[in-house]
Amino acid sequence: MAQYLLSAHSVESEVEGALTTDEEMQAFMERVGALENEMKSSGAWIFSARLNDPDTATVVRVSDGEVLTTDGPFAESKEHLAGFYIIEAEDLDAALGWAGKVADATNHPIEVWPFADTQS
Amino acid sequence: MPTIDEAQIGRIFREESGRSVAALIRIFGDIDLAEDAVQEAFTVALDKWPDEGLPPNPGGWITTTARNRAINRLRRESRGRELLSEVAVLSPGNDDPLIPEEVGPVQDDRLRLIFTCCHPALSTEAQVALTLRLLGGLSTEEVARSFLVAEPTMAQRLVRAKRKIKAARIPYRVPEDHELPNRLGPVLAVVYLVYNAGLNSPAEPGLCPEAIRLSRILAKLMPDELEVAGLLALLLLTESRRASRTRPDGSLVLLSEQDRRRWDRALIEEGQAIVRRCLRRNQPGAYQLQAAINAVHADASTFEETDWPQIVALYDQLLAVASTPVVALNRAIAIGEVQGPAAALALVDDLDLDNYHPFHATRADLLRRLGRHSEAEAAYERAAAMAPTDAERDFLRLGGRASR
Repeated sequence: MAQYLLSAHSVESEVEGALTTDEEMQAFMERVGALENEMKSSGAWIFSARLNDPDTATVVRVSDGEVLTTDGPFAESKEHLAGFYIIEAEDLDAALGWAGKVADATNHPIEVWPFADTQS
Repeated sequence: MPTIDEAQIGRIFREESGRSVAALIRIFGDIDLAEDAVQEAFTVALDKWPDEGLPPNPGGWITTTARNRAINRLRRESRGRELLSEVAVLSPGNDDPLIPEEVGPVQDDRLRLIFTCCHPALSTEAQVALTLRLLGGLSTEEVARSFLVAEPTMAQRLVRAKRKIKAARIPYRVPEDHELPNRLGPVLAVVYLVYNAGLNSPAEPGLCPEAIRLSRILAKLMPDELEVAGLLALLLLTESRRASRTRPDGSLVLLSEQDRRRWDRALIEEGQAIVRRCLRRNQPGAYQLQAAINAVHADASTFEETDWPQIVALYDQLLAVASTPVVALNRAIAIGEVQGPAAALALVDDLDLDNYHPFHATRADLLRRLGRHSEAEAAYERAAAMAPTDAERDFLRLGGRASR
């Protein structure tokens, strides 16, 4: 088995995937909840989360032994991380299968990244 | 005892190494180990075969020798001993990991390997390079030369692709039936790309037979997939004309001017037989239809005798399954042979193919036939300026001069 990060990417200007009404948000939560249950019952789910908007992020770094704190996401860009899943899968095809379902449920492109050194 | 020299041994290895590399990857789950072990077996063969003669089953000898070399190497390394103990895990349902798995339908290891090499998670460049290196048995240097890339660049591309296969766990198995529609496309595209690379680079004619060899393997291993058969037929029929499509100086000869007596009848018959078999199943796909178009050309003993209405009908079908401007351009050319150049030009002028040099070459030819010489000359010049090879450039400039 191997572990993968499935990250959902959000593009600022893209209306597609944006949740504007309460009904849309409700439907989104239901789809995502159902998918999470499916992942859990098949043993693939390790962790998942939806992130707040990127302007709520804070960056901390150390420079010359001093801790510096700055407002905003690490990289200012049109695309940002909107949420992620950590899953366990037999191989890439299995991980891509889950990624397809996540992309369908969230309406976001999903990046599939293998973890380093978790294969067993 | 027949003597055997280094060149013959090289040829045998090129022919057999894909099967051995594929078998060792299944056994050990490690591409680099498999490649190195087959390379070592080659060294042993160079040492032994000239004295001892060719073994009765050279392919089996290579796999066994390489497998033993790999085991010896793994026993020497501590990481290797771990891997050897894991080998059992990788081939479930089998107590002895070194005995080939025989459960379910017998699958050729090369089939698993080509689906791994052509996995959609890899770039097309990486797919082509891996296929030629691992299944075709080409050296990294040969693969690099085939695609006009520097050897270190190609080596880097191969290393990166193999690392991704390992790190992301791209599986080593034949896709299940429901996955095949998505997974077969890249495999056929890679084989077709390899063939066309050979066709368009006279310095690497070996790529054409290599692509045909790969497509024969695929056709044998997936007899129910009609598009696989279609690709093989398309390659055989294209190959039948390869010798007559260039002059000794490398310049191109148009289909209308080729010496049809030089077309290879054996390849044509084999290709046409496959096309007929596909037609009976009546599930046309893009490769089958292109093969059928080539089969119609092969039937005509002169360009004038070509059954153009039949070709137009096939292009209509092709356009329905593969609606691309390039297909539309070729259909327009066929219509030009049935209804005349004016009808064809009207269709061609509607296409958005300004960056495709055959588009300008086709317009030039149609304009010339309509007597619009200055426009023809300008179109020949556009086409020549964009042509990828010197031979084509010269050919198009010549057409431009002739149209004056």
